[in-house]
Amino acid sequence: MANTPVPTKEILVDIYRRATLIKQNDERFRSVIKSGKLAMVFYSPRGQEIIPSAISANLTDADYIVTIYRGVHDMLAKGIPLKLLWAEFAGRATGACKGKGGPMHVTHPATGIMVTTGIVGASLPIANGLALAAQVRSEKRVAIAYFGDGASNIGAFHEALNMASIWKLPVVFVCQNNKYGEHTKLAYSTAVPNIALRAVAYGMPGVTVDGNDPLAMYAVANEAIERARSGGGPTLIEANTFRFFGHVLGDNDAYMDKGEKAAAMARDPVPSFRAWLIAAGYAKEAELSAMEMAIEREIDEAVEFTLASPYPDPAELRRDVYEKELSA
Amino acid sequence: MSALPASEKTVEQTAAKMNVIQAINLALDDAMAGDPNVIVIGEDVADREQGGVCGVTKGLSTKYGALRVRSTPISEQAIVGAAIGAAIAGLRPVAEIMLMNFTTVAMDMIVNHAAKLRFMSGGQTHVPLVIRTMTGAGLGSGGQHADYLEAWFAHVAGIKVVAPSNPADAYGLMLSCVEDPDPCLYIEHMPSYWTPGVAPQRGTRVPLGKARIARAGSDVTVVTYSGMVGPCLAAAESLAKRGTGVELIDLRTISPWDEETVLDSVAKTKRAVVVHEAARRFGVGAEIAATIGKALFGSLRAPIQRVGSPDCPVPFSKQLEAAFLPDETRIISAIMKTLEPA
Repeated sequence: MANTPVPTKEILVDIYRRATLIKQNDERFRSVIKSGKLAMVFYSPRGQEIIPSAISANLTDADYIVTIYRGVHDMLAKGIPLKLLWAEFAGRATGACKGKGGPMHVTHPATGIMVTTGIVGASLPIANGLALAAQVRSEKRVAIAYFGDGASNIGAFHEALNMASIWKLPVVFVCQNNKYGEHTKLAYSTAVPNIALRAVAYGMPGVTVDGNDPLAMYAVANEAIERARSGGGPTLIEANTFRFFGHVLGDNDAYMDKGEKAAAMARDPVPSFRAWLIAAGYAKEAELSAMEMAIEREIDEAVEFTLASPYPDPAELRRDVYEKELSA
Repeated sequence: MSALPASEKTVEQTAAKMNVIQAINLALDDAMAGDPNVIVIGEDVADREQGGVCGVTKGLSTKYGALRVRSTPISEQAIVGAAIGAAIAGLRPVAEIMLMNFTTVAMDMIVNHAAKLRFMSGGQTHVPLVIRTMTGAGLGSGGQHADYLEAWFAHVAGIKVVAPSNPADAYGLMLSCVEDPDPCLYIEHMPSYWTPGVAPQRGTRVPLGKARIARAGSDVTVVTYSGMVGPCLAAAESLAKRGTGVELIDLRTISPWDEETVLDSVAKTKRAVVVHEAARRFGVGAEIAATIGKALFGSLRAPIQRVGSPDCPVPFSKQLEAAFLPDETRIISAIMKTLEPA
C-alpha cells in the first residue's frame, strides 16, 4: 500500500464494500451468461474494481459521472440499485432504462449516472457540460469522466481537456489505463509512456497512480475532487490497472504477452485489499464475510427479479424518441 | 406598448422591418431574459469577439454576463458535448456551430448522443438543446462552407430540424426551439441574413412542425423551405401573371414536417413540386414526394417534380455556382412539367 495518509476505517470499509460488490457481481454476470440464462455482449471490468470505488467514496448522489461501455464497475460504485442494473443488462421492461439502453447505455440520474456511452472518448465532452451546468448555477457538484487509455488518442479527449482547463470546470478526468485499447497494446498506439503527461499540454494537473492501490487511489481522487469542488479546475488522473477478461467476454487473449494476464490476476486487488484490511486491524474477517454474504443475497434477488421480469412492449419504440409519443 | 390600443399596435409592428440577424438576436435576448437557464456558447459568440462572425449574438454577453455567454475554442465536439451535458443537467443551451459543414466534425455528439439520450435512458434524461448553424451557396465560399445537410439530420430519430426563411419565423421558431424539451438543429440561410423583412411580433412563438402557406393558389403546390422560399415566391409571382395559381408552402420545420398542410394542399391542386437547395438525390424532397405519392396516388394529375442541386459539391466559380443553385427558371420549368397534359 502507498505511503499516504490512511483514511478512516469507515471510508476504507466503504471502498472495500463497493469493490467487492463489483467483483462478486462480475463473477455472477459471467456465470449467468455462461449458463445460457442470459445472452449479452459483456465487457468485464474485473481487475479494475478499486478505481471507481475509491473515487465514489469521495462523491455523493448529487455528483455526476459519465462512463463508457466497460462501465458496470463505475455504475455499481456510484450506487445504482442492483435490480435496475441487472434488468437493464437483460433488456427487461423493469430495467433502469426500460430495457431501451442496454449495458452500454445505462443511465440512473438518481445516483448521478447521467450518461453511459459506447463511443470511445465521448464521455469527456459531455462530463464538461454537466460540470458547466454546476458552474453556471454555482452548485458544488463535480462531474467525473471515466474512459480508457485508448480514448486518450481520440480528438474528443483533447478538445475536452482544453475546454475544461480554460473554463476551470469542476470536472475530473479519470483514465482507467488497463494497458490495452481493444486488442492493441498501449505502447503500439500511444506516443507517450504515461497518459497523465498529456495534462501538461492543457495546463492542468496530471497524476499517474496505481489504480489498484486503494490508499493511493483514494488520496489522488480526494485531492482532484476537492480541487474541482472548490473552483480549482480539472485534473487528469491516470489510474493504472489491468483487465482480467480481455476486451470482451470470450476474448482468447492471443494478442497479449504470455503470462501477463496471469501475473496481473495473481495481484488481484480485491482480495489483496481484504487481507490488508484484516491484517492492519481495520476490519474483522467475520465482518467482511457477513458483508460479502449480504451482497451475494442481494445479487440473488436481482437475478431472480430480472429473470422473472417481462420484456418491453413493442409500443416502447414510439416512446421516449421525443417528449411527445409518436403516432402508431 | 401594452397601453396602446390593439389596432395601433398591429399597425406599428406591421410597418417595422428587421433582418434575420436582428430577429435571431432578439429571440435569444428574449429567451435569456425570460429564463436564467438559457446559455449561449460557440465560436466568437461573446462581445469580446464581436458577438459572432455575423453579429447574431452581439450584445448578449454584455447584457447577460460571461458565465452565460461564452466564446469557445474551435472545438466542435467539445462545444456540442458541453451543450449536451449542460442540457441534461437542466440548462437550455443554444450552441452555435458556425457553419453547417462544421457539424460534420461534431456528428458523434449530435447523432449518437443529443438525439438518442432520451430514448436510450428510457426517458430519464432529455436534451433540450438548440444547435444554430448557418449555410447556403451564393457567396463564393466553395465546397466546404455552403452545404445543406438537413437530410442527414432529418434521417436521425430524436432531433428536430428547423429552417426559417424570414425574420418573423426566425424569431418565433427560435423561441420554440429554446423552449422545446428535445434537441433542435436550427438552420440559418446565410445569403439572406441581411434581407429586411416584416419584424416579428415580440413574444410570438412559431410552433414546431407547422408549415406556413406563403402564397395561396389552386393549380399546383410547391413545397420548400429556408433559402429556396425566395426564388419559389418569385416563380409563383411570374406564373400568376400567366394565370397559373401556385400554392407555396414554407415548411419551416423539416423534421417533423407538416404532412397535413402539404397533403391538404395537394389534395386540392393535384400537382406537387418539392424544391430545396440541397442535392436532389436522397434529399428531403424524396421523402415528401413519396409521402404525397402514397397518400394521393389516384388523384395526382402529373408525376411529382423534385428540384434540388446537382450531384456535385458546391462549386466556387461564380458561373458554376449560379448553374448549381436552383433558381426561378428551373423552378418554373419544374412547375410547368406538372401542368403539361398527361
